[in-house]
Amino acid sequence: MADKLLDVKDLRLFFRTSKGVVRAVDGVDFELTRNRAVVIVGESGCGKTSMAKAILRLLPKNVDTYSGKIFLNGVDTMAMTDEEYRVKMRWVKMSMVPQAAMNSLNPVLKVGDQVAEPAIIHNNMSKEVAIQQAVKMFQHVGVPNDFINRYAFELSGGMRQRVAIAMSLVSLPELVILDEPTSALDVLTQANIFNVLKQIKKELGMSFILITHDIATSSELADDVAVMYAGQIVETGDAFSFFDAPLHPYSIKLMSSVPRLRARQEPDFITGQPPSLLNPPTGCRFKDRCPSRFERCEEEPPAFSVNGRTVKCWLHAK
Amino acid sequence: MTENNSQVRISENKGDDLDVNRTNNNVLLSVNDLKVWFELRRLGFGVSGYVHAVDGVSFDLHYQETIAIVGESGCGKTTLMKSILALYQPTEGDIFFEGQQLSELKGEGMRKYRSQVGYVQQDPYGALAPFMTVRGILDEPMIINGIRNRKERQERIFNALEEVKMSPPGDFLDKFPHMLSGGQQQRIVLARAMLLEPKLIVADEPVSMLDASVRVEILRLMQSLQQRHHLAVIYITHDLSTVRYFSERVFVMYAGQVIEQTLIENIVHNPLHPYSQALMEATSDPDANNATKFRDVPPGEPPSLVTPPEGCRFHPRCPHKIDGLCEVEVPPYFTPEPDQKVACWLYR
Repeated sequence: MADKLLDVKDLRLFFRTSKGVVRAVDGVDFELTRNRAVVIVGESGCGKTSMAKAILRLLPKNVDTYSGKIFLNGVDTMAMTDEEYRVKMRWVKMSMVPQAAMNSLNPVLKVGDQVAEPAIIHNNMSKEVAIQQAVKMFQHVGVPNDFINRYAFELSGGMRQRVAIAMSLVSLPELVILDEPTSALDVLTQANIFNVLKQIKKELGMSFILITHDIATSSELADDVAVMYAGQIVETGDAFSFFDAPLHPYSIKLMSSVPRLRARQEPDFITGQPPSLLNPPTGCRFKDRCPSRFERCEEEPPAFSVNGRTVKCWLHAK
Repeated sequence: MTENNSQVRISENKGDDLDVNRTNNNVLLSVNDLKVWFELRRLGFGVSGYVHAVDGVSFDLHYQETIAIVGESGCGKTTLMKSILALYQPTEGDIFFEGQQLSELKGEGMRKYRSQVGYVQQDPYGALAPFMTVRGILDEPMIINGIRNRKERQERIFNALEEVKMSPPGDFLDKFPHMLSGGQQQRIVLARAMLLEPKLIVADEPVSMLDASVRVEILRLMQSLQQRHHLAVIYITHDLSTVRYFSERVFVMYAGQVIEQTLIENIVHNPLHPYSQALMEATSDPDANNATKFRDVPPGEPPSLVTPPEGCRFHPRCPHKIDGLCEVEVPPYFTPEPDQKVACWLYR
């Protein structure tokens, strides 16, 4: 039995808005094995980022429902109080590189001090030790040592993104959540950042959750894939079987919408739009856009398991 | 007649026209050794230097042709586009549209030119005025261009919306941009670009802000409009994989210059310039094997355009640098393969 690091069960996160309750994360189950990377792919507005925030308990004020179970190393983190969670979990065991992190660095602090800060707060390091730790992380992500005394505006986009990644690593957490870590970066910089992440995964033995809408680049880090649609995970599986042959009609469509550079294969697109999460359709949520819809789709499909993969679609019912 | 004009100008201007395999007799737009520099001012007066945003770019665009300009941010592709839209004045060199020099157009002539060039912006939400309805947004260019008949305008708006597959158009006319999805917003931008029946569409990263699942849809739509209305399209992007399906000729830009010009199939199967090779290496296809291999891409960042490197601008990052040559002399264009022009000393 592989070493299970994270186990999420029936996670729900709903928000109150003036228009009603938005069911951003609606019953999500997935697992992550230690020293692996799972990629969560889906269109914008499908709840990927909300799920990351739910796992790290970084919640806004308008939360309506926040329920389910999140086990890290078998410890139920949902049972912890907020203070307990802050002291024992956030940045100690799990950290995050938020979306557009490179633009959220503090402009009036030296980047070295910013990177060291989580280690001072969460690992009780003295400032000197924490700075040393920061320098070590800079080496891992490929930022020159003397950059610790620079300010964010003195760095290029790629360097700032590396600094943001260093900040998520400095407290040596077991799990790092990366939310669209390269979406604003150039192609070559993007490839360099993925090289860095692969290296870190090898050297520091960390596990990653990578959130992205870009399937092609997601394969740069993926050991496992989870496809999210309208607040739910519709398919999970290991990267080799997924990229080889996705199971869910949505995943199949999504894969065929990626223009291939090396193989000539005319890309397709998905007609229609994802449903509103204010009142998602009953039954299967993809049924209105699905080419293989049939009567049973009016009923919500459970997650069927197929050779170690799971797929939430009646086509794979046994 | 006008076409002859541009032909003459080109042969006057440059002996080594960049274009490889086409004749000049159906040129719509011709860019000749274009340089666009921006002044850097010190304390409000006195010039302390220049940003060499576009530094010697030449190409011809034919009627009904799609070309792609590929490069990373800061390589000058947006400046090039804005010069073509006559939003920037060239520092040196010139741009001809149907034989007319852009920098000489004024007033009415300029208005007429702009009505023949449609512009599709990168960020559809930023490109649409948030306080105007779809009807207002689409009405405006026609009012400016003197279409006074309200009924005709209405008809054109309906047609344009039908063409971008926003039907029934009546459902969208009174909506504000924020009520539409990203894909729908981009369709409105496309409809607006098409309204005045242009001959050329300039699309600046038209799908980079959109979800992967709608990108192909928008590009396909652009393609079908191009075919139906016989448009020429300049597609500006950083994403080689979409270029393969939506354009034929491609210009790879680096630090303000075109470093390779060829057909996209040549870039895919046999990229010549080390930078084109790096772009190919860095672009992923969905493949689980990617996770286990490291990408062989040059480190570093594109150079500052204020003081670009001497010689070849890629030499500080280039794995094949020839000492004593690449950092000294600017490489001219070589043609090692028919149809493939490359500015690199490796092919001397």
